[in-house]
Amino acid sequence: MHHHLILRVVTKMLVGAIILFAFYVQFHGDFSPGGGFQAGVIMAVAFILYGIVFGLNKAEQVFPSWLVHKLVALGVLIYAGTGVASMLLGYNYLDYGAFNPQHPSHGQHWGILAVELGVGVTVTGVMVAIYYAFANRPPPMKDEDW
Amino acid sequence: MIYLDFIIGHLNYWLFIVLMMTGLYIVVARGNLVKKIVGLNIFQTAVFMLYISIGKVTGGTAPIYPVDNQGHMQVDPSIIYSNPLPHVLILTAIVVGIATTSLALALIIRIREVYDTIEEEDILEIERKLSAADNKTHGPAMGGRA
Amino acid sequence: MSAADPHYVAKTFMDHLPILQVVIPLISAPLIIFIGNRKLAWIIAMIASAAAFVIACLMLAQVKDGSFISYHIGGWAPPLGIEYRIDALSAFVLMLISGIATIVLPYAYTSVKSEIPKRLHTLFYALFLLCLTGLLGMVATGDAFNVFVFLEISSLSTYVLVAMGAGKDTRALTAAYDYLIMGTIGATFFVIGLGLLYMTTGTLNIADLADRIANQGANRTVQAAFTFIVVGMGLKAAMYPLHHWLPNAYTYAPSAVTTFLGATATKAAIYVLLRFMFSVFSPGFHFEDWTLYLIFIPFSLLAMFAASFVAVFQTNLKRMLAFSSIAQIGYMLLGIAMLNATGLSASIVHLVNHGMTKAALFMGVGAMVLYSGSAFFDNLNGLGRKMPFTGAAMVAAGLSLIGVPGTAGFISKWVLVQAAFENGWWIIAIAIMLSSLLAVIYVWRMFEVLYLTAPAEDCTATDPPLPMLIPMLILAFACIWFGFDTELTLGSARVAAEGLLAGSAGMAH
Repeated sequence: MHHHLILRVVTKMLVGAIILFAFYVQFHGDFSPGGGFQAGVIMAVAFILYGIVFGLNKAEQVFPSWLVHKLVALGVLIYAGTGVASMLLGYNYLDYGAFNPQHPSHGQHWGILAVELGVGVTVTGVMVAIYYAFANRPPPMKDEDW
Repeated sequence: MIYLDFIIGHLNYWLFIVLMMTGLYIVVARGNLVKKIVGLNIFQTAVFMLYISIGKVTGGTAPIYPVDNQGHMQVDPSIIYSNPLPHVLILTAIVVGIATTSLALALIIRIREVYDTIEEEDILEIERKLSAADNKTHGPAMGGRA
Repeated sequence: MSAADPHYVAKTFMDHLPILQVVIPLISAPLIIFIGNRKLAWIIAMIASAAAFVIACLMLAQVKDGSFISYHIGGWAPPLGIEYRIDALSAFVLMLISGIATIVLPYAYTSVKSEIPKRLHTLFYALFLLCLTGLLGMVATGDAFNVFVFLEISSLSTYVLVAMGAGKDTRALTAAYDYLIMGTIGATFFVIGLGLLYMTTGTLNIADLADRIANQGANRTVQAAFTFIVVGMGLKAAMYPLHHWLPNAYTYAPSAVTTFLGATATKAAIYVLLRFMFSVFSPGFHFEDWTLYLIFIPFSLLAMFAASFVAVFQTNLKRMLAFSSIAQIGYMLLGIAMLNATGLSASIVHLVNHGMTKAALFMGVGAMVLYSGSAFFDNLNGLGRKMPFTGAAMVAAGLSLIGVPGTAGFISKWVLVQAAFENGWWIIAIAIMLSSLLAVIYVWRMFEVLYLTAPAEDCTATDPPLPMLIPMLILAFACIWFGFDTELTLGSARVAAEGLLAGSAGMAH
């Protein structure tokens, strides 16, 4: 367990930075390039990198796969729930004006933030779920047999 | 040289056609299931390229209005912007493409676990045997797919 | 709603119907995964699809007179914003899709238990609802690119649903893979077509597209777009030479999935085909007339004969019904190619009649598979006698599949023959009757197996539990009921056909 020392150290340093960058991209999505898709992928990269270097078991301790599946669903619920919320306020589906009737453009801000959060959560979940699904299959031959 | 103009003026379409046909050819001609998916990806990418290239406006810049210190948008009608709509559409199409690819790869993993091969010919051979066994027990059926 | 004030406050429930139609199943699907409880999953799915059905009925009642409902997502007015647009045709197809989903779910509860591993049940119901969302969205939306997105939502979940049959027969995996390749090529062709349309018109709103194409005249880009869209949707609809994915996918998918797909998936694709061929490209477009005459008619005739012929020689009941589906799609495309109001209403009414008929038959097969383990004829010997109600339902549906007078199938074939005579195409009218004779042969084979052979001596089969039996009987009853009462089906289909033939004028604001 002591080989790849440099990779391990560098990964530990990078993971935090990657997650921070993901949040940066996430919360700047509503007025500059960025948003949930990119942020979600960047966030997932942190976990996938961790999984690749430290092994799948360690990654699943940090981010268990039941949680991943819940997050996938949660993100869609946040997205669709934003639309339903605007509907309950008497506006059309996904009409962000509902969140601030006096200043519709502020409402847009809030609406986009909520929707992007949903997208980000789902994309993170989906990317990690795909990684887990592929990495979790029993390999056709053992490492020693190569 | 009107012909040269015709060719160069429609360069994006030529590239699109070449890429698209390459992709379709791979899907049809390759026996390896993973290679088929690669072909499918190239095919889809060709379409993404077509969309992106029609969004280009000569001399156009990124379609983001600059913001001044107070946060007001500086709309300058003399600036030409590219058309952002094709990009938005293709963002969606790319996500769909990722979903398709990962689903296809997941299916291939399952196929490999069951058939122990990902070569189309071998799989067809196994399935022919399965149908022959069916025909033996349940009486002959008309093969093929009409 | 006034056009000047997009932020019209305090809408009522009725105003939101078009979006609720799609959003209710869309929200329920992740909710099922989020809760992750097997029992609740079924209950949520049931409530969601029943709600979707009620909504579709409410909307059909509103638009039956030929008007339409337009809903602006996010309050952005079309053509810039995305619009959901419900007219008689879309409400009718929505009712079919959500109705079949509602009726398949009680059946699925028992069927899924026996055919799919336990740990996949919640996922099954979530995917079922996603598939429903996609199909409903394809029909409800008035935005061309939205059609593609919903098409892919439904297709992707369909591939997984088909692959879930792998527990019984591993060929489900390769069937799903084939379907995935074909489906993706089809969907991508459709997007290429949309891209070409967007290049020439600069819009994606279907009503707006129709207006702008009308002014284009003979334009090669528009012709190419038309071709790509027809081929792409033809792949999804299993139009005759493009149907190769269908027999395997239907044979190896779990029974509940086959029932749902057989009754709805190809129908939604045909709806999109109708929408593009008649609302977007108006029938006056010469290129389209020639496509209809030179491609649709020969290939639908081929489908009617070749697929029925192959169906006669099958030993697997599910596979036989799958081939019969391809033949029936031939009838629908033939009705479209007639290019008159009667032909169109025939194919629209056949969408629904065939949907009900096939659903009842596939349900019957599923119920028998519950006992026999497979749908091969020699395993089903005499089961009609052992399972009287299931057998009766299958007989009623089988008669409707042939088109015996007094069944729903007769109505659609009768109107189709009428349409052929209206055009003076008596040869085609005869062809329709001849191909029905082929249907008599393969349906007779089914009756023979179910009733005229002796059941195995140790056969313990009885009618399936009520949740499976009642949906089957309802559908079989509907097959007969709509053979006498054509007010709802044929009436709505005629309104829809007239709306379609009005072309872009029918889409006017």
